[in-house]
Amino acid sequence: MPIRSYTSRRELEQHSFHPAVTLLVPVAAIVLQAMLPRPFPSFAIFDLPLLITIFFAVSRRSPIAGALTGAAIGLLQDSLTGQPIGVNGIAKTILGYAAASIGLQIDVENLSTRVLMNFGFSLLNSLLLFLIHRRLIGIADFHQSWGRELLHAVANTLLAIPVFLLLDRAKRRE
Amino acid sequence: MVRNFLFMESFFVRFRNPLILVLVLLAQTIGLAVQVRRPVVSNMATATPAAPTAADSQSISLIRYWTSSFVTPFERFFGGIGHNVRAGWSNYIDLRHTRQQNSALQQELANMRLQQAAIAQDALQGQRLQALLSFQQHYVATTVAAQVIGTSGSELSRIIYIDKGSKDGLKPDQAVITPDGIVGKLRDVFPHTAQVLLLDDQTSGAGVILASTRIRAIIKGTSTGRLVINNLTSDSRIKSGETVLTSGGDQVYPRGLPVGTIESIALDPDHQPYTTIQVRPAANLSQLEEVLVITGTQTELPQSARQDLAVGAATAEDQAKAAAAHAAELKAIEDAKTAAQIVADRLPSLRDPNNPAQDPNAPQALDPASANASKVPKPLPTLRPDRYTPGSTPSATELTPGSARRNTPASPSYSAPVTDPEAPAKKPRTSSAPQTSNPN
Repeated sequence: MPIRSYTSRRELEQHSFHPAVTLLVPVAAIVLQAMLPRPFPSFAIFDLPLLITIFFAVSRRSPIAGALTGAAIGLLQDSLTGQPIGVNGIAKTILGYAAASIGLQIDVENLSTRVLMNFGFSLLNSLLLFLIHRRLIGIADFHQSWGRELLHAVANTLLAIPVFLLLDRAKRRE
Repeated sequence: MVRNFLFMESFFVRFRNPLILVLVLLAQTIGLAVQVRRPVVSNMATATPAAPTAADSQSISLIRYWTSSFVTPFERFFGGIGHNVRAGWSNYIDLRHTRQQNSALQQELANMRLQQAAIAQDALQGQRLQALLSFQQHYVATTVAAQVIGTSGSELSRIIYIDKGSKDGLKPDQAVITPDGIVGKLRDVFPHTAQVLLLDDQTSGAGVILASTRIRAIIKGTSTGRLVINNLTSDSRIKSGETVLTSGGDQVYPRGLPVGTIESIALDPDHQPYTTIQVRPAANLSQLEEVLVITGTQTELPQSARQDLAVGAATAEDQAKAAAAHAAELKAIEDAKTAAQIVADRLPSLRDPNNPAQDPNAPQALDPASANASKVPKPLPTLRPDRYTPGSTPSATELTPGSARRNTPASPSYSAPVTDPEAPAKKPRTSSAPQTSNPN
């Protein structure tokens, strides 16, 4: 019976992406996130860049790559908003790192794992944004509607399933 | 020494991932700290206490500009396609009910002209009073129409992008409106695009005045995208449904533009005795397509508005003349009636002393039929009736063609000379009645 070590499992399930995919998919996510809420205001409930951050982090299974991808996507997202640059950057850096770390431990190809993971990371993103606004920026009267954040998490989870299935086709096994 | 080096090397190798994470987070935190500043004095009117509205530094603006320059071409391209498709559908295909809408709009326009005529007088009076008080009113002089091409993509930052920039004469802090009401103000302005900070963003605000009570306040956005006024204490005069207008005190929005209507009023549990007044925005901030950027104001009314005002004043004057003429006509009719009544009262033959209904001072009969009957003048009893006396002539139904003429007792009449030998036998039925006879 072959003994599969931690390293061998990691190496077996580690994926890489074509550079064009690595560059264009996050950019497309940011452009779509900026464009679609105009004709469809309810689309603002989704966070497409967050889903892309989670997907690349768990697929590459490298915490550093996850953190850097999250930082880049978050900073790009911030530069389109009126917020100080770094709010989404910090939140998505932590999320990318955490997602990649978790991806090392569990099977992230499973559908139920993906559902739980996306739901949990969406809530974590809301919590991080709340803490950054309240503690780092110092907006004392910043309030989050946690019911709405739950709704965000459910919506992101529902959107993540088809998006992840679509992006699975772009994976290259190393 | 070698041991220390090996230890450090193993430390970095072992904790490489967390160390890089900490470094990335530290860099971003420092960058964040540099950007977060205290509110600047010039923006105190619209700045929330903890959410600074200070402009970005040049380097941050540059980063935003690069990102915007990268993203907006896509937004402009796809937005243009969508706009053309929608315009083609709505302008060439979906034209049902256009005629009905046209006629309804024309009717509405006619009504508006009447309303304008009524308001024009007040406006002229207001202008005169303002001139007396030397009050400098700022009217919208020039605007630039722009199309919304994108959003920030985040609910925590309510920003939209428009397709006009500094090349079109836009500058930061210029007010953005729609015909329904105010939208927000320009934040970062790039050469061909600009960011609009929506009024419901948590860092946004405006000086407002309540339309009926004339109470001044500051309206602010919240993190949940609502508009609230929370610097007023409880006041029974403030009611739901009251219109909120810009006060002009913030030096961004001209005075008198609609902001919204009061939706609810509740005591603020955290800041007693202040209230939280929620306002529903007049403009649909979640689905904007075209907006107007106010690029210039002036202290006098624009030429077109002055012409409208003159038309309204002329219409009001015409209406006043027509109303005066109508009133004069009515008065003349009334006077004529009065004169006729006086003449009628003075005519003795038209008055029946036996009939009290003819007395003008007597109360009118309730029954219209009897009232009409009582108005018919009745002649006085005839002392010497003749053939001209009313009632002396028999009715046509009683007459027989070819028969001799008969005199009724009640209606004595003239009798012609008798040639028939039997004629003397025919005597009047009533001898007492006077009779005109042949003298022989």
